[in-house]
Amino acid sequence: MIAEIGQFVLVLALIIAGVQVVVPMVGAARGDGTLMAFGSRMAVAQAVLLILAFAALTHAFVVSDFSLALVFQNSHSLKPMLYKVSGVWGNHEGSMLMWVLILAVYGAAVAVFGRNLPPTLKARVLSVQAMIGVAFLAFIVFTSNPFLRLNPAPPDGTGLNPLLQDPGLAFHPPLLYLGYVGFSMAFSFAVAALIEGRIDAAWGRWVRPWTLAAWVFLTGGIALGSWWAYYELGWGGWWFWDPVENASFMPWLFGTALLHSSIVVEKRDSLKSWTILLAILTFSMSLLGTFLVRSGVLTSVHTFASDPARGIFILMILLVTVGGALSLFAWRAPTIRGGGLFAPVSREGALVLNNMLLTLACATVLLGTLYPLILDAASSGASRVSVGPPYFNATFAPIMVPLVAAMAIGPLLAWKRGNLRAAARKLLLAAAAAIAAVAATFIAVPDGPALAPFAIGLAAWIATGTLVEGSARIRLFAAPAAESWRRLTGLPRAASGMTLAHLGMAVLIAGITGASAWRSELITTLAVGETAQIKNYALTLQAVENGKGPNYNFERGTFLLTDRNGATIVMYPERRFFPVAGQSTTEAAIKTTLMADLYAVLGTSRTTPEGTEQWTVRFFINPMVPWIWLGALVMVGGGLLSLSDRRHRVGAPRRKQQHAPGVSGAPAPAE
Amino acid sequence: MKRKHQRLLLVLASLGLVGAGAALVLTAVEDSLVFFYTPADLAEREIAGDQLFRLGGLVEAGSVRQSGSTTTFRVTDLTRTVPVSFTGVLPDLFREGQGVVAEGSLQPDGTFVASQILAKHDETYMPKEVADALKKSGRWQDGAAAQ
Repeated sequence: MIAEIGQFVLVLALIIAGVQVVVPMVGAARGDGTLMAFGSRMAVAQAVLLILAFAALTHAFVVSDFSLALVFQNSHSLKPMLYKVSGVWGNHEGSMLMWVLILAVYGAAVAVFGRNLPPTLKARVLSVQAMIGVAFLAFIVFTSNPFLRLNPAPPDGTGLNPLLQDPGLAFHPPLLYLGYVGFSMAFSFAVAALIEGRIDAAWGRWVRPWTLAAWVFLTGGIALGSWWAYYELGWGGWWFWDPVENASFMPWLFGTALLHSSIVVEKRDSLKSWTILLAILTFSMSLLGTFLVRSGVLTSVHTFASDPARGIFILMILLVTVGGALSLFAWRAPTIRGGGLFAPVSREGALVLNNMLLTLACATVLLGTLYPLILDAASSGASRVSVGPPYFNATFAPIMVPLVAAMAIGPLLAWKRGNLRAAARKLLLAAAAAIAAVAATFIAVPDGPALAPFAIGLAAWIATGTLVEGSARIRLFAAPAAESWRRLTGLPRAASGMTLAHLGMAVLIAGITGASAWRSELITTLAVGETAQIKNYALTLQAVENGKGPNYNFERGTFLLTDRNGATIVMYPERRFFPVAGQSTTEAAIKTTLMADLYAVLGTSRTTPEGTEQWTVRFFINPMVPWIWLGALVMVGGGLLSLSDRRHRVGAPRRKQQHAPGVSGAPAPAE
Repeated sequence: MKRKHQRLLLVLASLGLVGAGAALVLTAVEDSLVFFYTPADLAEREIAGDQLFRLGGLVEAGSVRQSGSTTTFRVTDLTRTVPVSFTGVLPDLFREGQGVVAEGSLQPDGTFVASQILAKHDETYMPKEVADALKKSGRWQDGAAAQ
């Protein structure tokens, strides 16, 4: 019965979304306040209905209602409760339902919190948001209905893929979707503004918090996914340039560019056409990502739950949305008036460079991701290739170098016309820190790749440059400590957020460098009691025991690690076997210190002709890997801090304008 | 600085960057395209000894042997088979009779030495290339993908 209610409200949401496309749009065209206000109510209603539908599906999973085909295929009565719930979105239909739910919630958020938006803009935003909603709701209702019944109901389910039964992965898709789908807000604002024909600094201020929120979620989601792959897949790697990873990374690159260019719109009323275009492109990448993941057109380690027939539907949505938005852009963009002029060396100039490089980076990733598809189509299936990590490393890294180098300089330049020499003087300290870091790294790790110390130097460069900029702003050491403290606490949170996020980037770069340059790996076979040597450690397999978990059996190794000073560490890697799925997973044992991860994997066992049982053992020393997650976490923290800035709240601009005369004498806080 | 100049500068800068990007892509693509072949493809074409490529097919039943941390097995597309040797930890989903994609190069004695066995998340998953190859060789059975 509850599933039928779910089905009913889902269809109702589709109908309401359909009405929400038309009514506010007509209202905005006619200047009819009642019709426009109707849009807000429908947006809220649509969100409530989808929450109900989602709750109905969750209920079916929680009570293990195997008369639903979806529950039968993806759940099992013995599964722990957390994974019964996360099983709701661990499959195609459920994850698409979550997709539209998040879309509708964003729409409702605009309806509720966007009280100070001009009514026509708000109505049009809601209408555009509903257009996307209609497309995806139709997709769910007609091709991917989660509420299909089975008759008779099977006694028990087939279980969720054991690899997905993990807390990290339980929360990875929701975060990722909050990010992906969040960029729909920037898209809707862009399309609405194009229809409206009015794009000004206020538009930049309205669109920025939504972009920032989406960016924060996406950053967190990607980091969580990468962390999961690191500890769950047992390969010791954290990023594989896999098509599905790229699918989430491309919106991130464009989203980051959008985040920066919308600052220029807000502060300088410039770069408006470009920012609109970027907003459209960012969401296009989100749609492309959804298409790549859901259609299974690309071979990927991540493609589970995919179906080519559904791919066509999403491809149509993608083409219509992107094509429509870009045509609208081509038609209306010439009417967008250019804003303030700026010299090449200026804050705007630096942000333009940021945008160009991020766009270029995204384009190379896109090309590498789609190239196998293009070649496959061009040769009608005769040539099948894959584009591996070497391509991405060789194209992506060189583009990042100038971007990262400029990251320290940009914030030190003034708007409109900056003074490069003055900035360079301020960055002497950063240059010194970078050189010191390069030298120190060369001495500490003389046998690593030659480029690695320079990457560490680059990380030191941004970190110091960012700190120099931040301390100049609070006049650290130049003014009494009390004065600096007062300035620090009075700093706009958006500014502190930027400082924090840029510092996070420095930590991230150091982590990536360490993890990719200085990793050591050992693959060997050990019987109980045998010892192998890796770097400074002696690795002994002390015991292997068997046991039972909630819905799996495990084999657990006990490894004793002794370093040169005789200090010991014990590690317990596991192999788990899930009888329901007939599948095993690897649970790596990871010992984290601030400087490195020790990473042990227990492989399969076999018995030698002499009758001793031997296990394949894989052991990694992954230097600085924890810095990757730490860096991402700091970036997320920076984003959240910036998001909490009062000026980012949709209602804030008016209040700020009232206060404006009082603060106009003080130099505007730069961002 | 006139608007005209600003625009010109932006256009020049973007063109320069796009050029640099294109150069990067072209040089990188050259070395990092990894082709996919089936055992039948290998019989038809000459492949240089040092060329890295992916070999896909089914792990022939009863062909898996272990010695130390090295595993040897045969990959088949049901018309031809290729012996494969791999040193390391096999992915959890590696099994006899299942689809497999191995990355590596061919030795002069005809053995494919894999540096990597690609794992899939799902035991019911057949690598797309393998499925296509089986279809091409006419050995595809509809039930096979679900097994």
